[in-house]
Amino acid sequence: MLTDVWTVMRKELQEAFNFGDRVGKFGILFMILSFGILLPWQMGKSWVESPITLIYWSWVPLFLVNAVVADSFAGERERHTLETLLASRLADQAILFGKLLAALAYGVGLTWVSLLVGLITINLVHGEGRLLFYPPAVALGVIGISLLSGGLAAGAGILVSLRAKTVQQATQMLSIAVMLLIFVPTFGLQALPAAWQERLLHLIAGWNVPQAVLTAIAVLAVIDSVLIGAAMRRFQRTRLILE
Amino acid sequence: MNTFAIRTQQLTRTFGPVRAVDQLTLEVRQGEIFGFLGPNGSGKTTTIRLLLGLLQPDAGQIEVLGLPVPQQAAEVRERTGALLEHAGLYERLSAADNLDYYGRIWRMPAAERNQRIRELLEPLGLWERRNEQVKMWSRGMKQKLAIARALLHRPQLIFLDEPTAGLDPIAAAVLRDDLRTLVEREGVTVFLTTHNLAEAEKLCHRVGIIRQGRLLAQGSLAELRRHETLHLEIIGRAFTPHVVTVLQSQPAVKRVEANGSRLLIELATASDPASLVKLVVEHGGQIEEVRRSHASLEAVFLTLMEEEEAHAY
Repeated sequence: MLTDVWTVMRKELQEAFNFGDRVGKFGILFMILSFGILLPWQMGKSWVESPITLIYWSWVPLFLVNAVVADSFAGERERHTLETLLASRLADQAILFGKLLAALAYGVGLTWVSLLVGLITINLVHGEGRLLFYPPAVALGVIGISLLSGGLAAGAGILVSLRAKTVQQATQMLSIAVMLLIFVPTFGLQALPAAWQERLLHLIAGWNVPQAVLTAIAVLAVIDSVLIGAAMRRFQRTRLILE
Repeated sequence: MNTFAIRTQQLTRTFGPVRAVDQLTLEVRQGEIFGFLGPNGSGKTTTIRLLLGLLQPDAGQIEVLGLPVPQQAAEVRERTGALLEHAGLYERLSAADNLDYYGRIWRMPAAERNQRIRELLEPLGLWERRNEQVKMWSRGMKQKLAIARALLHRPQLIFLDEPTAGLDPIAAAVLRDDLRTLVEREGVTVFLTTHNLAEAEKLCHRVGIIRQGRLLAQGSLAELRRHETLHLEIIGRAFTPHVVTVLQSQPAVKRVEANGSRLLIELATASDPASLVKLVVEHGGQIEEVRRSHASLEAVFLTLMEEEEAHAY
């Protein structure tokens, strides 16, 4: 089973990095440039010291995983390669997890590369001779939350992509969902009365960071498990062939 | 030893009110190229999906390579190869990468995989272009590559769903030649669906004819020709109305038409033409040449379709 998962995963990654156009390459460069160089440069030491950066690292994998997962699931059906794969010896779950892990490896992997580049940038520009690094709770949060938000994007992405008729449709639906996830809290906060905003920010400032990180990780883990479980039920040969 | 690669008994599958496969009883022998003929929408693709366990049957039994389907469909897929309705190639990958992926799926060791890829691509004339992205290729080349992929892991049985569909006549002829060469070399059983009668006639040892999910006939081409009306054409002189009347009175004769030096006899059943020739001579006819028409698969196919239509009304 693991060999089969790796076989599928390897092919998916090969396709994900085999850019037919320059857009994909520039997209990756833009992301590394933004989150690895520009933002850390601009934000200074707070890039590693403030728990607010956790929000960035939970968003980045959402975009990256979505793009790959839509192409991997909706694209395979749109390009008529899925039926041949289903006629092979691979088990349904080997195909599903191979694709899921490839999307996760791509999205979370590139997120962590940006994270690493960001650390190098912050130390080069703002280090002043000492090593700047995330406090342990934030470091755990950055790693754990980025991984689990990638899992959330993958699980939701599979369910959406299996229903979408085309890659474009799947990508659009997923992009709208991500935008809602980002903009609703942002603009929602601004829409609140000033007294409420102040109370909320005061409440957040009083959070115990390790406890908040662990709570976020636990909540995301539960959501991921539910979504991946639903994807496993949905991804069955006899069902897929009729679609 | 099981002599049948495929056996189905009363196989039925419906989609809502439509009976896509209707009580299909079929036998495909090991080592043969079996042509599954039928017009578009007759149930050919559904049959392949059922045989591979990709769809569940509503009723009936399926046995592929001695294994019951869908119970042991995974083992069946392990031992078979398929080129389905679409080539199913990854166009952003090269030809070699496409085959390498499927070689890995079938857990072929790297050395064997590479040797086998060369072994299959060279006779198809694709080896030199193996590193090109498949999207750059013509449809004919893609179909050849898909056939190579189906044969890659040395399956005992391959399913080919309309392999020449959408190809121009030259590309289709080249593909048929390559397919025949490869299949003979590999000694594999082939279940080939097509609506191209000439293709079935050139490639297949035996054929089954399906319409609206029902099997109308199966057998070798010679066996199927028995369904067809045979024609006897006699060239000569003195084909008088008397000769025509005498011939018309024979039970084996369906219709006689005299047209100057040409006498056309339509036979109701496959009978011995010598006795009819003798009869013509005995009643004053002078014969220069006798030709017996060879029923094409197309004629057999059309006759069966007409018969089926007549039964339906």
